[in-house]
Amino acid sequence: MAIQIPDSEAQEFKWEGSLDELKGLVSERAMTGETMLLNMGPHHPSTHGVLRLLLELDGEEIVTCMPDIGFLHTGIEKNIESKTYEKAVTLTDRMDYLSPISNNMAFCLAVEKLTDLDVPARAQLIRVTCLELQRLSSHLVWLGTHAIDLGAMSVFLYCFREREKILEMLEMLSGQRMMGSYFRPGGVWRDITPDFLPTLRAFLDIIPAKIDDYEALLTRNPLWIDRTQGIGVVEPEVALAWGLSGPTLRGSGVNWDIRKAMPYSGYEQFEFNVPLGEHGDVYDRFYCRILEMRETVKILEQAYARLLKEPAGIFRSNNRKFVPPPRAELGQSMEAVIHHFKLWTEGFSAPDEEVFVSIESPRGEISCYLHGTGGTKPRRVHFKTPSFIHIGALPVMTNGHLIADLVAIIGSIDCVLGDCDR
Amino acid sequence: MGVTQKLGNLGVVTTTLDTAINWARNGAMWPLLFGLACCAIEYMSTQASSYDLSRFGMELNRATPRQADLIIVSGRVTRKMAPVVRQLYDQMASPKWVISMGDCASCGGVYNNYAVVQGVDEIIPVDVYVAGCPPRPEQLLHGILTLQEKIYGETIKDWA
Repeated sequence: MAIQIPDSEAQEFKWEGSLDELKGLVSERAMTGETMLLNMGPHHPSTHGVLRLLLELDGEEIVTCMPDIGFLHTGIEKNIESKTYEKAVTLTDRMDYLSPISNNMAFCLAVEKLTDLDVPARAQLIRVTCLELQRLSSHLVWLGTHAIDLGAMSVFLYCFREREKILEMLEMLSGQRMMGSYFRPGGVWRDITPDFLPTLRAFLDIIPAKIDDYEALLTRNPLWIDRTQGIGVVEPEVALAWGLSGPTLRGSGVNWDIRKAMPYSGYEQFEFNVPLGEHGDVYDRFYCRILEMRETVKILEQAYARLLKEPAGIFRSNNRKFVPPPRAELGQSMEAVIHHFKLWTEGFSAPDEEVFVSIESPRGEISCYLHGTGGTKPRRVHFKTPSFIHIGALPVMTNGHLIADLVAIIGSIDCVLGDCDR
Repeated sequence: MGVTQKLGNLGVVTTTLDTAINWARNGAMWPLLFGLACCAIEYMSTQASSYDLSRFGMELNRATPRQADLIIVSGRVTRKMAPVVRQLYDQMASPKWVISMGDCASCGGVYNNYAVVQGVDEIIPVDVYVAGCPPRPEQLLHGILTLQEKIYGETIKDWA
């Protein structure tokens, strides 16, 4: 019996749509009531954010899965149109909030390509260090939440323990734990601090053993294997046709890593492998990311060795038309004052041209399309983000599986809804 | 002498009903397992190893609003999400509290545009605002302690 609450503000919630609206989206069996329509999200602990899925179920089996996105649409691309290029970096942080630095990188790279701005080699090295630290921290959040979804609680606590160390290092560099906006057009905001390299060394000393720990908990765990192997299989051709990227694509065995295929920021100077899966199931995607974490540590070791040779030095371009002069110069040079004033009141201009750059974020390919106006603000910015594409391909992976496997599949594509909706 | 006598004296504690109830509410507050955007990641950090939210009686996140006492609105509330947040708040049983975590939930933050609700207080009443973009876990802990202080000032009549 329903509880009657007289004189209360409680409202009756009715679905105002009609079943006809779903024609063509769900199977005919749903119209007759043979299959069940079930709403999952946007408030659901396993959808990794505010993703809503409309599921058509035959018993426990998923017949159709329809993602409904846009619950986190923030209008970031539109906001950037009213910001100067340097200020816009702050907004890009908040798209893919698990790897803000990758977003910074995509945007800065686009601005640098548009204005033909140089980035010194040492600045590129600092960038690679940050990008790889961020990749590790992003994968740690993915691993923790993916494991918690499948019932392995403790992995989450271990992963976040190590992630805190990475955030501490990023805080040393930028002054903020997550949204540092550390990358700026022409390099990075400031030089690495003296504490940074010893902290990085201490971190690199412990992390391989920690990754061993995560593997000991999951890789050969029969429960984990049962839940992940053979689930959500994507064939390589299908993966390419849907435009998947990153570990989600490499889990299917397609060798495509933008760091190797189209190197940026000096990635061609680092030695690392691109781990590939075979079967394209949840387990292979999981294992690809685990191996990728180890490759990341390899890159960080090389970056550390190179930074150690030059612990202080150039960190940003010297082109004063784009990069503000250091504070010390302001008291000595009138020209520096003029540049400072122009850059912080008006910003720099970029030509009326369009550029498109891609980088490899922890989730896959983030591309930035940037169209300048000849003035100081962009005409249009668009980000092509991996989460959007992966969520689009979700029905391919889920259809025919059980509803309990849906949680594993959502975890394995590592979607971030801020990245998807922007 | 001494200890036994004092222990005996501790057998009865006199207090007001309000204090006792507020103490219980404070010590076992169940937050809603709910995250919107970037701040939700910092909220997860707050719960994880280094900051350990369970020290304040909050380790038990409930995924259903029916069992939750506290909703931490962590992140930007968009116009599409706003009705959902409101419905979640309506579904929670009284007494219930709201922490608005981060600049976006408090005032719209950097997003003064067509998509973002300019502060979650436009749709639900907020008890504590936590500033920051995103706030550090320490800041969120401070916000939670502030809320607990606030609860000690309440009487049961407030929720009657």
